[in-house]
Amino acid sequence: MQDELIKRACDLLADGTVNRVLGWSAGDFFYDITPTVFESAEDVKKNFVYNDFCGANLSKYLIAESQKEGKIAVFLKPCDTYSFNQLMTEHRLVRDHIYAIGIECDGKVSAETLHDAGIHGILNVQKDGDELVCQTVYGEKRIAFDKAEDERCRNCKSRKHVVYDELLGPEGEVLDSHRFDEVEKLEAMTPEERFSFWQGELSRCIRCNACRNVCPACTCELCVFDNPKSGVFSKAASNDFEDANFHIIRAFHVAGRCTDCGECSRVCPEHIPLHLLNRKFIKDIDTLYGDYQAGETEGQMSPLSAFTEQNDAEPSIVQKGGIH
Amino acid sequence: MITRISSEKLPELLQQISEQEKLYIPVDKSDKLSVYEEYAPGKVMSLKLNTLRSAKDFFFPQVQPMAKFRMEGKKIEVMDQRTETEDYCIFGVRACDVRSFDVLDRVFLADPVDTYYEDRRKHATVVSFACSEPSETCFCHSFGIDAAKPDGDARMWIANGNVYLEGITEKGEKLLQSLDLAALGAAADDAAVQEVEAEQQRVHEIQKRMPLYSLKPTDNRDKELEIFNAPIWKELSDKCLGCGSCTFVCPTCQCFDIEDFDSGHGVERYRCWDSCMYKDFTMMAAGTPRKTQLERFRQRFMHKLVYYPIRNDGIYSCVGCGRCLRRCPIHMNIVKVMKAMEEDA
Ligand code: SF4
Ligand code: SF4
Ligand code: SF4
Ligand code: SF4
Ligand code: SF4
Repeated sequence: MQDELIKRACDLLADGTVNRVLGWSAGDFFYDITPTVFESAEDVKKNFVYNDFCGANLSKYLIAESQKEGKIAVFLKPCDTYSFNQLMTEHRLVRDHIYAIGIECDGKVSAETLHDAGIHGILNVQKDGDELVCQTVYGEKRIAFDKAEDERCRNCKSRKHVVYDELLGPEGEVLDSHRFDEVEKLEAMTPEERFSFWQGELSRCIRCNACRNVCPACTCELCVFDNPKSGVFSKAASNDFEDANFHIIRAFHVAGRCTDCGECSRVCPEHIPLHLLNRKFIKDIDTLYGDYQAGETEGQMSPLSAFTEQNDAEPSIVQKGGIH
Repeated sequence: MITRISSEKLPELLQQISEQEKLYIPVDKSDKLSVYEEYAPGKVMSLKLNTLRSAKDFFFPQVQPMAKFRMEGKKIEVMDQRTETEDYCIFGVRACDVRSFDVLDRVFLADPVDTYYEDRRKHATVVSFACSEPSETCFCHSFGIDAAKPDGDARMWIANGNVYLEGITEKGEKLLQSLDLAALGAAADDAAVQEVEAEQQRVHEIQKRMPLYSLKPTDNRDKELEIFNAPIWKELSDKCLGCGSCTFVCPTCQCFDIEDFDSGHGVERYRCWDSCMYKDFTMMAAGTPRKTQLERFRQRFMHKLVYYPIRNDGIYSCVGCGRCLRRCPIHMNIVKVMKAMEEDA
């Protein structure tokens, strides 16, 4: 697959379709993948990487990249295409400056999940059927591929690309995922149990903002938490309430816009299951307004901005003209 | 002197220390989570390579309450939030994190002394824990740290079904002497010394096979401006999200801000970690001194690899713990920067 992508990138640069390519490159380990803009075929041939560790969603980088001169080619995995559409809907991308190439994805793994599974001193990793074979300083270790996958890939919602200019490889399908199972477990808890669950998770937050900064739905020029005039400005929680406050506000801000791309949970250094919070909102929106998948089509209206008196879950609020 | 006891006696050892003073040990909360917690009977010490958060939290917590203000009419009442710390023991700190305390000391204990830090630092006895299974992201030895022979007030090895203990400082010796090690079947013979030496050698051999083994920082103290102006920073910082994860997980990152929280009944003043990766870092009335992510990114690594060594006898303010290698969402990290600096030089 990598060779195919490299070839396509080089061709597009050579025939002048684009002047840059957005993809991935690796550092010292084959797994420390960094999103990278390539400006020449030479650079692409030398450094472009596409492997099981290329989880980083490139869509958000297009906000800045598509503002620049000339066209940029970008490789999008199925879930990244949902983010792309959502960004288009929100007028954050200059579409004419982008050449989007859909690429196949069989699920991505993180070195973190390997480390967490006790696999250390990793020198190399190869896929062997349903397993990953890790060559380590401590000998060969095997792990089931799905155990090494990020949570979002284990519960992948769709292998279908919802937008592209060109598709490389076969198209997949929207999947019947189990992504709401964990949410249902939370719903079955008593309020006290649920409170203590979230208290336990959120109190670990170090407010590093990785979840926010990686999120394709968090594109505000100045986030409310960075704005001293917003009333919720804070760099760290001074008490338990504030830990939760940050996350609740963020979840509300992305509600109806979150595509469930899973980046926030992937990057959280404290392993906080942020996807559960977002999925609860998605599930509630589905229940109250009918099934809705953010980013499925460009230009779609989120139920949270399109509701009317007739179809609102709490019509009384609309009738009263808002809460007074 | 190295004292040997059986690993089975580790819980009793912990119990004994906890009877002397408050004891903190790393504990596994799940596969993913190893954190320091106060010891209580029955708590099992984590043998994981390192804790998720660094041990700097003990001396430099994420949030440090400073003062509360209550207003009544024109009267403002100020309440100092300072509490004096009692003696406590941090047990099981890895060599990299132990060295990070030295790096922090040179900042917080320099004149003017940070009394919050000093209070927590001077009351702590640090018992370190030698690494037996380093990972590929570890590069402590690049900074002259011996993972198999950590510093601290006392050190510990676990190998061959035994626990080996050695006092280093007066504080550490005092702690060990206060314990009834004989009751744990302790022996201090030449064999114990040899067993520890063999263990150290074994770990050093493992380290030689790690991908980062040959990584060495370049002494760039005389090239401050040259590196500052080098073209490498554009490419390195280009995709940085400016999130600050790398600074918050780092045991040597030391920047903080002082904030006021309006609780509705008054104001709570606290200090909290801040990150040079943030847009509003050191924001002043006239704006921020570093307007682009390139400048912010450069600050982090220049500080660790150039500015700090210039001011601190060539000591780097990275200890090679590898946390930023593991946590950066886009895997842009200090190793990549060190290599780029080397190539550029
Ligand atoms: S990434 Fe995790 S630790 Fe960082 S701010 Fe988000 S929830 Fe908190
Ligand atoms: S909240 Fe998380 S899952 Fe939703 S769009 Fe943002 S990063 Fe993706
Ligand atoms: S810069 Fe990275 S490797 Fe160095 S001490 Fe900080 S977190 Fe550890
Ligand atoms: S960096 Fe060195 S001291 Fe730290 S955990 Fe790894 S091997 Fe141990
Ligand atoms: S280097 Fe990585 S962890 Fe640090 S601010 Fe940039 S993206 Fe975040």
